[in-house]
Amino acid sequence: MNFPILSSITFIPLIGALFIFLTKDEKNEQNKGAIYVSLFTSFVNFFLTLFLWYSFDKTTSDFQFIEEQSWISGFIKFKFGIDGISILFILLTTLVTPIAIISCINSVKQRLKEFLIAILVLQTFMIGVFCSLDLVIFYIFFEAGLIPMFLIIGIWGGPNKVYSAFKFFLFTLLGSVLMLVAVITIYWITGTTDVNEIYQIKIPQEYQYLLWLAFFSSFAVKLPMWPVHTWLPDAHVEAPTPGSVILAAILLKMGGYGFLRFSVSMFPIASEYFAPLIFTLSIIAIIYTSLVALMQDDMKKLVAYSSVAHMGFVTLGIFTFEKQGIEGSMLQMISHGLISAALFLSVGVLYDRIHSRLINTYGGLAKIIPKYSFILMIFVLAALGLPGTSGFIGEFLVLVGAFKTNFLVAILASTGIVLSAAYMLWMYKRVIFGKLENNELKKIKDMNSNEFSILLFLGVLIIVFGFYPEPLLETMRVSVDNLISNYNLEVKKNMALN
Amino acid sequence: MIEIKYLAPEIFLVISIFSLLSVGVYLKNSFNIIFRLSTVIILVTLLILLTSDIENIKIFNNSIIIDDFSSFIKSLILISSFFILIMSKKYLNDIKNDKFEYPIIILFSILGMFIMVGSNDLIVFYLGLELQSLSLYILASIDRDNLKSSEAGIKYFVLSALSSGLLLYGCSLLYGFTGSTNFELILKNSENVNTGTIFAMVFILVGLAFKVSAVPFHMWTPDVYQGSPTSVTSFFSVVPKIAGIAVLIRFMYVPFQSIIDQWQNIIVFISVGSMILGAVAAIGQNNIKRLIAYSSIGHIGYAIAGIAAGTENGFRNTILYITIYAVMNIGAFAFILSMKRGQKYIEQIDELSGSSKNHPLMSFCLLIILFSLAGIPPLAGFFAKFYIFMSVIESGMYILAIIGLVTTVVSAFYYIRIIKIMYFDETKKPFENFKDIGIHGSIVISCTLLISFFLYPSILNNLISNISIF
Repeated sequence: MNFPILSSITFIPLIGALFIFLTKDEKNEQNKGAIYVSLFTSFVNFFLTLFLWYSFDKTTSDFQFIEEQSWISGFIKFKFGIDGISILFILLTTLVTPIAIISCINSVKQRLKEFLIAILVLQTFMIGVFCSLDLVIFYIFFEAGLIPMFLIIGIWGGPNKVYSAFKFFLFTLLGSVLMLVAVITIYWITGTTDVNEIYQIKIPQEYQYLLWLAFFSSFAVKLPMWPVHTWLPDAHVEAPTPGSVILAAILLKMGGYGFLRFSVSMFPIASEYFAPLIFTLSIIAIIYTSLVALMQDDMKKLVAYSSVAHMGFVTLGIFTFEKQGIEGSMLQMISHGLISAALFLSVGVLYDRIHSRLINTYGGLAKIIPKYSFILMIFVLAALGLPGTSGFIGEFLVLVGAFKTNFLVAILASTGIVLSAAYMLWMYKRVIFGKLENNELKKIKDMNSNEFSILLFLGVLIIVFGFYPEPLLETMRVSVDNLISNYNLEVKKNMALN
Repeated sequence: MIEIKYLAPEIFLVISIFSLLSVGVYLKNSFNIIFRLSTVIILVTLLILLTSDIENIKIFNNSIIIDDFSSFIKSLILISSFFILIMSKKYLNDIKNDKFEYPIIILFSILGMFIMVGSNDLIVFYLGLELQSLSLYILASIDRDNLKSSEAGIKYFVLSALSSGLLLYGCSLLYGFTGSTNFELILKNSENVNTGTIFAMVFILVGLAFKVSAVPFHMWTPDVYQGSPTSVTSFFSVVPKIAGIAVLIRFMYVPFQSIIDQWQNIIVFISVGSMILGAVAAIGQNNIKRLIAYSSIGHIGYAIAGIAAGTENGFRNTILYITIYAVMNIGAFAFILSMKRGQKYIEQIDELSGSSKNHPLMSFCLLIILFSLAGIPPLAGFFAKFYIFMSVIESGMYILAIIGLVTTVVSAFYYIRIIKIMYFDETKKPFENFKDIGIHGSIVISCTLLISFFLYPSILNNLISNISIF
C-alpha cells in the first residue's frame, strides 16, 4: 500500500488545528466553527484508524504499514510502523479524543478555540508516540506532548493550576532527560536508532542495566509508578475535564507502551534482573495508593489514585513475562483508558452543575438524577473489576500471569481488588445514596443528550469488551507471543553463558 | 597584491563606514538615513561574502585565513546584526537616542569581529578583538544621560580591559615559548608539551571565556545586560557571542591542538559551571533582561560543551548550537523591544501578566521561543541540545551530559514561569499597540524557523558539514 496512512492519522489533527488557528475569532463564547472542525478531524481520524485496524494483518508480528523517509541525513530516518501492540493504543487515542472534544462543549467556558487547538496538537503527538519506530522520533513525540498538556492544565485548570502544571511539567521532563542520554548512548553502541534494527543487533549485556534504568526513570514517571506518582493527583484535580480524560486515558499509557516496546524488548536481560524491583513498586502502588484513595474526599483525586493502583497491575503484568500477564496488562491499559475517561467525564458532569468535586457536597442523587446514577454505577463496577466488564478481564489475566511467576506477589496484588471495591463503592454510596441534604442539589438537571450519549457509548464499550475481548486479544496475540519468545530466547542464552 | 581581493567584504565595510561617518557629520538629523544605509551595507556585505567563491586560503603571510568556517560565522554575524538593527530602530527613536553614530559603531564592531574570526595570527587576532571590544564599550554606555547605562559601560570597560590584559599576557607567553605568532607555527613548535604553552593557554582561555561570558568570568554580564539600552543588549547577547565562540574554537583546535588533554578539563569545568549557574541564578530574576543574561550564560555552557568533546563533530555542533541560539535570542529580544506601555519600556516580568489575551500572536511566538530555549522538542532548541549531547556522549563524557540535561530541567522552570505569567495570570493593561515591520517581522521569522526546523533538521547539518579547520 502506497497511501501513507500512519502519517495521515498522525498529522490530520495538526492540519485541523492549523485550520482552527486561521479561522477568525467569533465574539460569542460558543465557537461553533472551531468545534465542528475539530470534531470533523477527530472523527475522520477515528474512521481512518478503524480502517487501519480492519486492514491490519493479525497473523504476523512484523511491523506493518512501514513508512520510511530520510530525515536527518545519514543519521536518523523518519520511520513509522505499527504492530499488534501499538495499533490498539492508536485506536484508543483516536477514540478518546472525539469524546474529549465533545465534553469541551459543556466544560470549557473560555478560550475554547485555543483549547481545541491544544487538544488536536496533543493528539498528533500522542499518535506519533505510538507510531514511531525510531528512538529519536519517539523521544520527540513523547516530550512534545508536555507543551499542550502544560497549557491545558495551566490555562483552563482549577484554582491551584499553576502548582499542578509546573509539577507535571518538571516531573515528566526530569524523568525523560535520562532517557535522552540513553537514546544517544544506544546510537553510539549500535550505530542506529531504528527500533527494529536494534532488536536485531541486540544491545550488549553490560550496557543493558544502566540503559534500562534510564528508560525506566522516564516511563515510571509517565505511567506513573509509586513513588513518583505524586504529580498525577495534582494534575488531575486541577485539569479541566477533557484534559483529565486525555491524561488518564492516553498519556499514562505511553509509559506502559514504553515498557513493552523498549524496556522489555530491547533490554531483556536487564528486565529480568530488575523484575523484582518492578514487582515491589507495583505491589506498593496497588496497596498503598488504594488505601490513599480510600481516604480522599475529592472525587477526582480518588479516581486519580485509583489510576495509580490500576497502573500497578499493568507493570506487574508486563514484568511477569507470561503470555497472560502481558495480554492482561494490555487489556488493563485499554480498559482503564475507557473506564477512567468515563469516570472523569462523570465527575465532570457533576462539577459542571455544582462546581464542587468534594464527596460530602453530594448524597442522595439517585432520586434526582437517576439516569446519571445508573451510568455511574456501570463505571464504578467496571473500575472495581466486576466480571462482565472490561476491567475484570485485565486484572484477572494479570493475576493469572502473576500466580505463575510469583505466588506471594499475586496474593498481595489480589488484595488490591478488594480495596478498589471498597473505595469505589464507598464513594458511590456517599454520592448517590443516602439522604439528600444539600438543597442546591435539588435544582440540578439530569444529563443532557450530549453527556448521556458519550457516557452510554463508553459504557457499552466497557461491557462489550467485558464479555468479548477477543477482537483486542486477537489483534495483539501474535505480537505479544513474539515479544515473549524473543525475551525467553535472550534470557536463556544469557543463562547458558553464565 | 592580488591577495587583497579576498578581503573584499572587509574592505567594503571599511569604505562604507567612513563614508557613512562623513555623511553623518555633514547632514543634520541624519539618524534615519544612516540607519537605513547601514542595514543596506550589511546586506551588501553579505552578498559580497556569499558570492565570492570560497577557497580555503591563507593570505598576508598566513596571518589571515579565509575558509568555510570563517565565512559561515561571518554570514551568521551579518544576518543576526541585520535583524537586530531593524528591530531596534523604533526603540532608539523612542528613547530619544537617535544618534547617527549608533549604527556606525555597530558596523565597526562587525568589522572587528570579521578580523577576529578570520585571524590566523595572534597580532591580527588581538587587533580585531580590540576593535570589537572598544566599539562594544561605547555601545554599552551610548545612552549617556542614563546613570545605569554609563555604569554598565564603565563596568564593562574596566573588566574587559583586565581580561584583554590577561589575554595579551597569554599571547606574549605563547610567543615567548613557541617563537611565533602564527597559529600553525605555534602548533608545530609546541609538539612536545611544555609548561609555558599551558600557561599561555590558560591565560588566553580566561580572556576568551570573559568575552563569551562563561562562568567564572561572567560577573559583568547581568549588570551590563540590564544597564545597557535594550537594543544594545540584544546585540550583546547574540553577535559577540558568535564571534567569541568561533575564536575559541579556532584557538583550541589550531594552536592548542597538541595540548587537548589540558584544555579539555578546563573547558569541561567552564561548561558545567555555566550550565549550573545559568540554570540556578536566573530563577530569582524579575528583570527580563537580567534573566536573559543568565539564560545566555547557561546557553554558552551548552555550546562550550560541544568544544569540550574535542572532536570535529563536537565543534560543528557548537556552531549549530550557536546558530539556533542566535535565532532564539533575536526572537526573544524582538518581544522585549515591543514591551512598551505609555512612554516607558517595561522590563519587569510581572508586567507581562495576561499578555496572551491582549497580544495573542506575539505571546504565542514568545511561547514557542521560550519552549525552544528550554529545549523542548519538537522545537529547534531541542535539536541544538540534542546534537551537543550527541558529541558529548560520543566522547564518553556521560557526567557532563547528565549534568547538562538536569540543568535543562532546572532552567525549564524559569522559562515556563514566564509562560505562566503570560498565559495563566490575570490580564493587566495591554502594551502599546503598534506595527513595526522590524520587530514583528523578526519575531515571526524567528518563531517560524524554530517550529519548522522539525520538518527538515538536516538543513543546518548540510551547511556546516564541510566545515573543517584542521
